Amino acid sequence: MKGLRFNRKHLCIPYAVFLILFVIAPLIVIVYYAFTNGQGHFTFDNFVNFFTSTKTLGTLLYGFAVSIVTTAVCLVIAYPTAYILARSPIKKKYVLLLLFILPMWINFTLRITALKEVLSVLEGNISIYPFLNSVIGMTYDFLPFMILPLYTSLQKLDNSLLEAASDLGANKATVFLRVTLPLSVPGIVSGITMVLLPSMTNYVVLDMLNNSTYIPGSLIGSYFSAYDWHNGSLISLVLLIIIFIVTLVTNRFSDKEANNKGVIL
Amino acid sequence: MKKFSKFLSIAAAIGIFGASALSFAGCNDKEDVITLRICNWEEYIDLGDWDEEERIILNGGEEIFGENAIYDDFTEWFNETHDFKVKVEYSTFGTNEDLYNRLSLGDVYDLVCPSDYMIMKLLAENKVEEYSEDFMKNGEYANCVSPYINGIFSQYGWDKYAACYMWGTTGIVYNQEKVDVKDVASWDILLNEKYKRQVTVKDNVRDAYFAALGIINHDLLTDPQYDKSNLTELMNATDGETIAKAEEVLKKIKDNVYSFETDSGKADMVTGKVVANYQWSGDAITILDEADADGTELWYSVPDECANLWFDGWIMLKDGIDGNADRQTAAEAFVNFLSRPDNAIRNMYYIGYTSAIAGETVLKYLNWNYGAEEGADENEIFPYDVSYFFGKDAYISAYREEFEFEDENDTVTANRGRQLFAQYPPENVKSRSVVMLDFGDNLTDINQMWIDVRCLDVTDISPVVIGIICGIIGFIAIASVLYGFRYKLFIKHKPKKGFKKVEE
Repeated sequence: MKGLRFNRKHLCIPYAVFLILFVIAPLIVIVYYAFTNGQGHFTFDNFVNFFTSTKTLGTLLYGFAVSIVTTAVCLVIAYPTAYILARSPIKKKYVLLLLFILPMWINFTLRITALKEVLSVLEGNISIYPFLNSVIGMTYDFLPFMILPLYTSLQKLDNSLLEAASDLGANKATVFLRVTLPLSVPGIVSGITMVLLPSMTNYVVLDMLNNSTYIPGSLIGSYFSAYDWHNGSLISLVLLIIIFIVTLVTNRFSDKEANNKGVIL
Repeated sequence: MKKFSKFLSIAAAIGIFGASALSFAGCNDKEDVITLRICNWEEYIDLGDWDEEERIILNGGEEIFGENAIYDDFTEWFNETHDFKVKVEYSTFGTNEDLYNRLSLGDVYDLVCPSDYMIMKLLAENKVEEYSEDFMKNGEYANCVSPYINGIFSQYGWDKYAACYMWGTTGIVYNQEKVDVKDVASWDILLNEKYKRQVTVKDNVRDAYFAALGIINHDLLTDPQYDKSNLTELMNATDGETIAKAEEVLKKIKDNVYSFETDSGKADMVTGKVVANYQWSGDAITILDEADADGTELWYSVPDECANLWFDGWIMLKDGIDGNADRQTAAEAFVNFLSRPDNAIRNMYYIGYTSAIAGETVLKYLNWNYGAEEGADENEIFPYDVSYFFGKDAYISAYREEFEFEDENDTVTANRGRQLFAQYPPENVKSRSVVMLDFGDNLTDINQMWIDVRCLDVTDISPVVIGIICGIIGFIAIASVLYGFRYKLFIKHKPKKGFKKVEE
């Protein structure tokens, strides 16, 4: 048993097992279901149906609209917040940060139920503005996911760079636009990936707020409850591909930007 | 090769460990303990833990109190009275479809409690074990079940396979102060502009489809001349033409209602966000009770067109029982245990639904729960006829004000009422109720229709909006690509010839 000596590589075995069991295996099942029909024959029908049905396309579009607006709103709220938290000389900023993370510790069903009551008071009848409410609900749910990466990337920012820029004659706005902002791109990117994609599928929020129009996530759910694993899997696959493309593009930004480009800008 | 052998030895180690863990678990099984795997609806059984003031003391001295969960009481009782031990593994499901999906994914249960149509589907797939002769003749269930329920179960041929647990109707819970009684007497309320965005509908294709059929057939069903002979066929129509009509109706409903809800309707009704709510009778009772506690008076209406009569029943699954006689005995004992009148009352009290169990004790409980106080004004009470369920001459002395009768002097034909009305529908409601059968082969079409209703159709969005959304997506895409090229993010930097890579 000489071969059983512990090696640092063995540390990754638990992760590899996890990956195979819970990521790769389900993925294979999804792909299998997406390209077969009820009889188990290979088919492209599900695929063709998805892209020719005006209903599914409408849902996809609606989902995109919800998630893009959500992401934009999150970014607009989160950036200044993270900036203040990370850069300003507030003594109690850890308390402030805690205040933003605190909601994440509260069960999200409870949060959304509370939000529903608040919105009902504000709007009177929340079913009149389904789109607005979807965006508010998603923003409420995903805001911490945008703040945290931004906070980390802004906190890491080297003060000497900012000082150097000021020394060379840049005013505050220029320093922000040409140094701080480019250096925080990795944070922005990871924030976007963490908000954009889940907000397209997280239909539980809509179910709990006011459930009327489907987003792609609810479509998957209703196909599954109608025993139609094939169409449901196909939609998951389509979303997966979209996610993949987005990640592929955004990764480019976050990797290189941080290392070489930001400062030279 | 060396690496591979390392991997093998680790795998072997894991394997040995796993096998020993399994065999260890296996040891426990041999002690003659049968694990009874039960899967029931969420919040569909008495889980005990009652407050002392909730103790039910019936006329005659019987006391009913839920201290522990019923399945724990069952385990205790069973292990004392039988020569082998049983352990209950109790789990819950949220919808019939959820249960079916779990079964088809390989989850094994011995005893499950789906609704009528799902029982039909499982029966058709030959997954259901038959109850033993002894159970059918001598069990508590056989002795205590209402003849009314028994009749319907025999009519559909379920009686050998299913033991009814709870039953009821579907209807509309409404706030009397805010809804006109005339409007709530018809499924048309879902389309009524007067209550735009103030009514909720169940987010499930079967209930929604049923209401749509009620609206489509409104004229025929409310015609006094209509003899109801083809009511069941009419309300179970699943041909293409009917589906298309239903789709039109449901689309209009979608634009008119507050939401399609899975569970939030109860809270929305109690908190007053909506004025009417499509509901199952059992949940309706819960809502009425909660609203009473809040000081709001809500009512339950069964629309004049037609009501959906539904049943949830215990069935034993072949996969679970697997020919094991002891297991079947345990499963049947569980159903019989639930059918004991005291346990049926505990469940009814706890979950609000109507048990299929009849008998003297249950009737006493109803009188305790709904019956008029002694010495109440004679003019205010009347005998509410429940003989169809409890047998000859059975009645509950009920308050007149809890029912709304068609006629002042009439005490028979009520179409709207409070808890008692929701729990035991009167004869006239019963006569216009139908069981909604399994959709069978047309299931896919109806499901697709429902999904189409719920989705946003691209052709319904104005081209301008589509243009804007596509524009934004395109702008972001192009901007990112341009940005990428501007800063050469897509190009891999290769070192020029002659340069050596230096390790950092």
